[in-house]
Amino acid sequence: MTRHRVDLAGLGVDRGGHLLLRRALAPLPLGERLQVFGHDPALRVHLPAWCRSEGHRVESPEPDSESGLVAVVVRGEGHDGRWAGAGRAGSGRRGEVEKAPPARWGLAVRGARLEEGGPEPYFDLDDRDLVWAKVAPQLYAHAAARQWDPDTAVAWDEPFSTPPDVEAAVVQVMTYLVENEQVALVVPARFLGRVHPHFREVVQLLAVQVADEARHMEVFTRRALLRGDELGSSSVGGRASLFTLVEETDFTTSSFLLSVLGEGSFVNLLDFLVTHAPDPVTRRIAWLAMQDERRHVLFGVSHLAEQSAADPKLRGRLRASIERRSDALRDTVGLNADVFDALLLLSAGSWHPEEIEAGYARVQRLRHAMDEGRRRRLERLGFPADEAAALSALHTRNFM
Amino acid sequence: MTEESLLLGAVAYDPKVVAIWTGFRHWLREHELPFDYVLYSNYERQVEDLVAGRIHVAWNSPLAWVRALRLAAAVGRTVRPLVMRDTDRDLTSVVVVRAESRIGRASDLDGRSVGVGAVDSPQATLIPLAHLAALGVKVEVRRFDVGVGLHGDHVGGERDAVRALLAGEVDAAVMLDGSHLTFTREGVLPRGAVRILAQTAPYDHCNMSVVDLAPADLVDRFGSLLLGMAYEDPAVRPLLDLEGLTRWMTGRTGGYHALDAAVELFGFYGPRGELVLPEYSP
Repeated sequence: MTRHRVDLAGLGVDRGGHLLLRRALAPLPLGERLQVFGHDPALRVHLPAWCRSEGHRVESPEPDSESGLVAVVVRGEGHDGRWAGAGRAGSGRRGEVEKAPPARWGLAVRGARLEEGGPEPYFDLDDRDLVWAKVAPQLYAHAAARQWDPDTAVAWDEPFSTPPDVEAAVVQVMTYLVENEQVALVVPARFLGRVHPHFREVVQLLAVQVADEARHMEVFTRRALLRGDELGSSSVGGRASLFTLVEETDFTTSSFLLSVLGEGSFVNLLDFLVTHAPDPVTRRIAWLAMQDERRHVLFGVSHLAEQSAADPKLRGRLRASIERRSDALRDTVGLNADVFDALLLLSAGSWHPEEIEAGYARVQRLRHAMDEGRRRRLERLGFPADEAAALSALHTRNFM
Repeated sequence: MTEESLLLGAVAYDPKVVAIWTGFRHWLREHELPFDYVLYSNYERQVEDLVAGRIHVAWNSPLAWVRALRLAAAVGRTVRPLVMRDTDRDLTSVVVVRAESRIGRASDLDGRSVGVGAVDSPQATLIPLAHLAALGVKVEVRRFDVGVGLHGDHVGGERDAVRALLAGEVDAAVMLDGSHLTFTREGVLPRGAVRILAQTAPYDHCNMSVVDLAPADLVDRFGSLLLGMAYEDPAVRPLLDLEGLTRWMTGRTGGYHALDAAVELFGFYGPRGELVLPEYSP
């Protein structure tokens, strides 16, 4: 005697009744019978058709309009086999990642139950030691929470006045910033699609980093054109320095050169502008960008510090990458002289010799602060102090 | 190479057929069965080639199977159904009318127009029309010939018949039970728009027909490989999904009587399997 039954009432298989059937059949052993009741007019036709496509069999009972019994379904294997060998694509718990996620996990959500088979996309950045940092999930959450709207986060119409020469200096510095931010966008964007999606938070973090740089490009451009319609200059030396970042295809060294050294120095520059810029708009956008850049630096330092602790050979590679870059830039003049002079004038605020001298001193202090910051971060990666000092000195004169 | 390969014929009713049989070919050869396939544009040439031994096995529609039996018998050969899909067993067709129609019983269709699928569709033309005829109902047939020669594999004719019914151009339409479910789910048949008037007895659909000229050892191996295909196996599951089955079953001959009777009734094929219906030109 069949003990199992399901009553679809007036619900048809065409309108969701299959869910009730599937739920009732799921726990039954193979060959077990399920009585199906219901009074949808098409049920007698649809039920066998559905069972056929699902791999179940239908036994037609004597029609019993009184009880509403439509048919008895004999449970078949159907599509059970789809999940026979299914395992999970790692753990779903926050921040728990595998050392080497397989390629077939690539397009599945971390922790999802994975039907066997399917495509095996190749993501070459698939080594936890290479891309992961424990702090990535928190950094991503922080980054997502701190996104700002360039239109409303800055009081663009706040009144101020700067002497024309000082304004020109601001425009030059802004031009330089946009050029650098452009590269800071392109470089992580190139790696973004190469990171195995198992390291989701790293992918998200890089994505936000790219979005950050897009905003920075916007606000610096907008400031440059706030009072005029011409941008400043772009030097060969600056672009040559940036090119060495763009052509770096190794994730680790790229992250080292861009985030740890480049963006690290950039944070000092932005901090300088927060303090010394002649107008509130420049001070504000420099402050906003600085918050974002600090996060980028923190991620770069964190994952490289973890990697360096696990792989003692890493420091040798990092050292080589600085030296290589320095060699490549040996024949360039480094920082755009216009930028250096602009920084000086911008912080001086006037042509008065005493102010210029004060401005010069401030720019010298900026360079010193940049050097100090680089040495500190290099030491965090495990470089001894003297080596850190030597490597910091080799850093591009272009700041980034 | 062709000498020692088992050669299968299949009809290219849809581009996916290439993916299906290329996949099977790959899998079977991996399992050390020398196997190849050829595609036909229609079932008639395929089944003629089967009986002539130009191919060894044919993935046949039920109508092609009915013709294969006649063609083979006429030349003293035999054909048998090696395997079929689990989804090829016990299909039915239904006759539907508009919900508000005053047609309450099949006999009310007498003298009315019925929209059917292609001329050679077992499920949407031949079997249900024979069913109505057996009930003594004479109807005016309005055919929707889509994909003639594909033996109803193309569902377009059924769809067109349903649209004609909804548009009031015909009094009834016929279709496969599974198509009725699909059309209601898709909304081609709006909820409550039609009523099921009649349903045929269950019949069987496709089978893998083998001719006795085929190399027996390769056929045996082919049959056991197919029957051993497990839905659990991720290498074959996509193929089974594409071909619409969860497992292969041993072929059976008992589910084709209704179609054979319909072929006889409408004179679709001659007794020796000849193409005799003037309006049928695949």
